[in-house]
Formats: sequence, C-alpha cells, structure tokens
Amino acid sequence: MTVDSSAARKPRRSAAGKAGTTGTKRTTVKKSTEPELVQLLTPEGERVEDARYAEYAEYVAGITPEELRGLYRDMVLTRRFDAEATALQRQGELGLWASLLGQEAAQIGSGRATRDDDYVFPTYREHGVAWCRGVDPTNLLGMFRGVNNGGWDPNSNNFHLYTIVIGSQALHATGYAMGVAKDGADSAVIAYFGDGASSQGDVAEAFTFSAVYNAPVVFFCQNNQWAISEPTEKQTRVPLYQRAQGYGFPGVRVDGNDVLACLAVTKWALERARGGEGPTLVEAYTYRMGAHTTSDDPTRYRGDEERLAWEAKDPILRLRRYLEAANHADEGFFAELEAESEALGKRVREVVRAMPDPDTFAIFENVYADGHALVDEERAQFAAYQASFADVEGA
Amino acid sequence: MAAETKATKSMPLAKAINESLRHALEADPKVLVMGEDVGKLGGVFRVTDGLQKDFGESRVIDTPLAESGIVGTAIGLALRGYRPVVEIQFDGFVFPAYDQIVTQLAKMHARSLGKVKLPVVVRIPYGGGIGAVEHHSESPEALFAHVAGLKVVSPSNASDAYWMMQQAIQSDDPVIYFEPKRRYWDKAEVNTEAIPDPLHRARVVREGTDLTLAAYGPMVKLCQEVADAAAEEGKSLEVLDLRSVSPLDFDAIQASVEKTRRLVVVHEAPVFLGSGAEIAARITERCFYHLEAPVLRVGGYHAPYPPARIEESYLPDLDRVLDAVDRALAY
Repeated sequence: MTVDSSAARKPRRSAAGKAGTTGTKRTTVKKSTEPELVQLLTPEGERVEDARYAEYAEYVAGITPEELRGLYRDMVLTRRFDAEATALQRQGELGLWASLLGQEAAQIGSGRATRDDDYVFPTYREHGVAWCRGVDPTNLLGMFRGVNNGGWDPNSNNFHLYTIVIGSQALHATGYAMGVAKDGADSAVIAYFGDGASSQGDVAEAFTFSAVYNAPVVFFCQNNQWAISEPTEKQTRVPLYQRAQGYGFPGVRVDGNDVLACLAVTKWALERARGGEGPTLVEAYTYRMGAHTTSDDPTRYRGDEERLAWEAKDPILRLRRYLEAANHADEGFFAELEAESEALGKRVREVVRAMPDPDTFAIFENVYADGHALVDEERAQFAAYQASFADVEGA
Repeated sequence: MAAETKATKSMPLAKAINESLRHALEADPKVLVMGEDVGKLGGVFRVTDGLQKDFGESRVIDTPLAESGIVGTAIGLALRGYRPVVEIQFDGFVFPAYDQIVTQLAKMHARSLGKVKLPVVVRIPYGGGIGAVEHHSESPEALFAHVAGLKVVSPSNASDAYWMMQQAIQSDDPVIYFEPKRRYWDKAEVNTEAIPDPLHRARVVREGTDLTLAAYGPMVKLCQEVADAAAEEGKSLEVLDLRSVSPLDFDAIQASVEKTRRLVVVHEAPVFLGSGAEIAARITERCFYHLEAPVLRVGGYHAPYPPARIEESYLPDLDRVLDAVDRALAY
C-alpha cells in the first residue's frame, strides 16, 4: 500500500505501460492474499487483478512472454550462480559468501526496472542486481575470495562497489542523485539496503537529505526478515515502508518474492524520480532462505516452519507456474535454461579456481590517486626486505 | 616581503580561505561548497561569507544538520564528478562523519583499484584558545593522519591558507583541511599570482642553529614567539612549519635536525600517540647519530579538553615550549 504524504503530481506514464496493450493471456484473476503489500502474481502463479495495485500494474501491463521468460532466466541463473558460490566457499575457494537465496525476485525485478544510465548502489548481497546491470558474476567473487576489495569499475555498468558497512551507501546514492539533479539529467539512482540497515543513522540521514533536496533516488529495502540473528521486530515497531511518511515521501510495500510486482513498483518509483518527484521508499517483503553468510548458523535463532512457509512462496516457482499455465514457455525453454545454468556453474568454478592472488606489492597500489611520500617510503622498504631474501636464495 | 602588487593583498586567514573558495567556485563549475550554515550566514566563522549570494544555493549548499550525511552525500557527489568542499562546523562535531571519512572516503580509491577518485575536501576549524565551550577546541588531526587514503594539512597563515585550499581542491585525493580557528583573524600578505610551494612540503620559517621547533597550524606563530624569546637569551632556534600532517615532510625535518641536532615538536593535540610521537620515532631512526638529545614533545595532556577557564594550562604556551627547549639543550 502506498503512503503518500507529499503533494506530488501523478507520475508520468510511459507509453509502453498503457493498459490493454498486453499480449499476456491471463490464466486466473484473483485478489492478493497478502495484506498490505503490492502483489501481481500469487505464490500459486496466478495473476492478481486488484484495483488497488492498478497504478503499479500499469508498468508491466505490456510485458511480453519473452520478457517474462527473461525474468525467469535471470532468476534461475542468479540462483545457480549463488549456489555455485556457496559451494565454492565450502570447498575453500572463497573465504565467505553472502547468499541471496530467496531474494531473486526482489533483485531481478528491481534490477530490470533500471535503465542503463541509472546508477545502482548495492550492499554486498546484490548479486541479482549486478547480473541485471551486466556485471560479470565472477567479478563479484574477487572480494569473497580475498584477491581484492571490490575491484570492478563502477562506472562501466553504473553499478557501485559492494558496500559492507551497513547503510553507508544510502548516503552515497543520495549524493549521487543530488548530482544527477544538478546536471539536469533524467537518470535515477537506486540504493539497496536491508531491514537491519533501516536502523542505521546513515539511512535516516539519507532519507532526510533526499527529501530536503528532492533527490531522484529510490530506496529499495529488501526486508528479508533477518539481520543475521535479529528479526525485524528488533529494528522497528512499524512496517518499514511507513518510515517514509515521516520524511515526506511515499513508501510502498511490495511482495518481494513476486518479480512482476517488484518490477512494476520499482519502475513506478524510478519514473517518479525521473519526473522530478523525488525519493521513494520501496520495501520488498521477502525472506533470506539461507544463512546470513556462509559463516552463519541460522539453526541457532530460527526454526524450520518459517522457512517452509516461505519456500511455498518461492519467487522462481511462482513465475514458472505462471509461465506454464499461460503457455508462455515450453519444455524446450526450461531444458535450454538448465543447460545454460550448468554452463554458468562450470564457468564460475573454472574462473574462481584460476583466479590468481594479487602481487604482494598491490598493498601499496592505489592508496592515493596523487601519491604519498610515506607510501613510497614503505614500498621501498618492503621491496628491500623482499629483495634480501632473493639474495639469500641466489647465494 | 614583496611589495604589495595588484595580486597581493593583506587579509585575515579566514578571508584568505574565503577568497580561495571564491576563486575555485569561479574556475570550476564542479566545485561545490556545502555544510551547516555556510549559505546565508556565511558559516559561523564567516569563512564562506557571500559565496551563496554570488554562486547560488545549488553550489553553496546549506545542508541538514547531520555530519555523516554531509560527508556521505559529498562522496556521492564526487562519484558523479563534483568536487565538494564540505565544512564541519567545529572539530568536536566531526565524529558523526568519522565513519564515512575513514571507512568510505579514505578507501574508495583503493577498493576500486584506482578507478574511482574522490576529490573531497573536508574543512575543519580546529584547536583551542578561544574560550569556547566543550567540543569546540579539539585537535583531532592524528585520528585522520593515521588513516591511509586521507591527506591531512593545516595552514598557519593567510597565504598558505589561500594556496593550500587551492591545492586541496585540485587534489584527486580526499584532503582533511584543518583550519587554525584561533588564527582566523591574523592578517598576512596573500599573493594570488604567486607560485605556491607543493602542498605537502614543510617550510623553514626562521633559520637557526641550536634546535629545531617543528609545528603546524596554530602553533607555528607560538614557535616563532618562542624563537624570539630564546634569541634574547642567545639561543638560535630554527622554526619549521610542517604544513602537512599526512604526508609529513620527514626529509625537511631531517635536514633541519642534521643541522641543529635537537628537535622539539609542538602541537595542541594530546602528546600521546600524536603526530609528535611519530615524528620523534622517525627522526630518531633517521638522525640517530646526529641527535644530541631525545626528541621532545609539547602538547595537550591525556585528558579531555578542559573547561575554557583553565585551557591555558592545557595548551602549549611560550613557557612550556621554552622549558622543553631548555631541557633539550641541557643534554
């Protein structure tokens, strides 16, 4: 549901989003069973037709079967990549992995809503969003293997480096969006964070700054119910999307396991940003199916019943049910995707295992853009120390 | 001192920073000034006086009262291609932004393997001696100099204030620019057409032969007064204005100490693990056979900055520095 306390104009409509242009055959029509969230596809894979969500549904009204298959493919490949990374951690190839299992719809839906010129500020779990932005998934593994601390060029895909300290990137996104507005560009910015980050001062300050400067930024909060061991009740007394009200911009809760709803709501929010209507908070209500990271043990703080209840709402399963019921995908599509998925897994394994350690002199590289006398001095000392062993070996 | 030309004007240190910011705003449309009260008010010390009027609210930005937000959004603006100069209103107010400075601003260039540059200047009026209330008189420069990825400078006079601000803004690295607030009203000649010294180079401001006094920011003037007093007693002190705390110009300190053989470092910040400690360690290493005395330090105590009525007993003053000079010369 929307809480819109601003006096904002109605968002501009994209021509492609006109109702009635859909080529989608609807199998069933029903109302959402979930209270207080935007849902366009039920867990059973049935298309939701609910007047309350019409404002958002418009943004996916024209979606083609091919695009739907594309979303399905994105989610399947992202999950496969994620599973491969978890396995590589177990094999000792990665030091750590933060799995996105269960959050594929939230990430693919929102990621596919962005345009090339938009800018994305991720946490460290946005593997699906990275995929949508065209970042090679193997690039994400460097920091988890311990060969770099990020390392991709944020500007080549407008996808910022992963941010580990919780919530900091919300301010970077806001500042970037302030710059977009100064430039007179019609790009938008999207900041990802989670339910835990909603408690961070930086997120609150980002809300304040973005509201005061009417910055074109979407705050995309994946409420996956758990901040390591702490449930959302330890972060807030009100539903998170309602936080926006106090800052004077709209907040929307969307079914985070419904890729269609995430796509629609994020497009709506990005359009608001582009149209000069300022920030929006989207709370994607989802579930972290796996551990916080490979170092975490969720059995210490949560039971199976909860996970099983969420498994029934699986984001991939529900889109598959819809595709099948609507005859939008045949066995050939699923078989091809399975083969593509295997190939991706194989490539990820090979690339990671072949990933070289950096040269030890990388310690001293890029500490400063314009150099620094102390770094130069210590690099020279390090080199002399290293060379002293070479002398011994050569003797 | 050069004769006053068209390009040379006498002005207070605060005005020199103002002129420098004005010049930068004129020269580069990507330069922004942001902070609390920097607009209409012109900053609580009037350092940004008149800038918003001339450059508009979109370039001289009054921000919400949130230091982490100021630095965090400045990082975002820098990522977009801007060169923000942010003001932290007082030294003791920087800590809400410390995380953004240390964790994000300092490390982004390295994390991106050099692909991202963050040309952000963080201006911090610092130091005591103005009778202020709590949290308005601190000297936290060592807390920033300790962090790789940051550069830390502090001018001692109006001319350096002007030029070092120009250079800080032009730097592709984040620069923490500590302004000696008790010297804001001290006047000096500023030649806006001069060729400045490199930003991180120390300068001998008074030559001497018996002992070197090394200082930066507000303590340079004190050290010059100490040298005057010592001269009356027949002691020849060299005064070195370090100007930069990160990097420190050890070559310049070494050259001076090899000549004078004695070194006293003076800063307002607490002595314990302060920049003087680092200088003492490195100079001992570099000049071990030249030194006639251990490197001594004069600075604040390991105690919270005291109430204003007794701050003069906490801050280095003429007698305390002279005492250290005497002790060093007694070896």
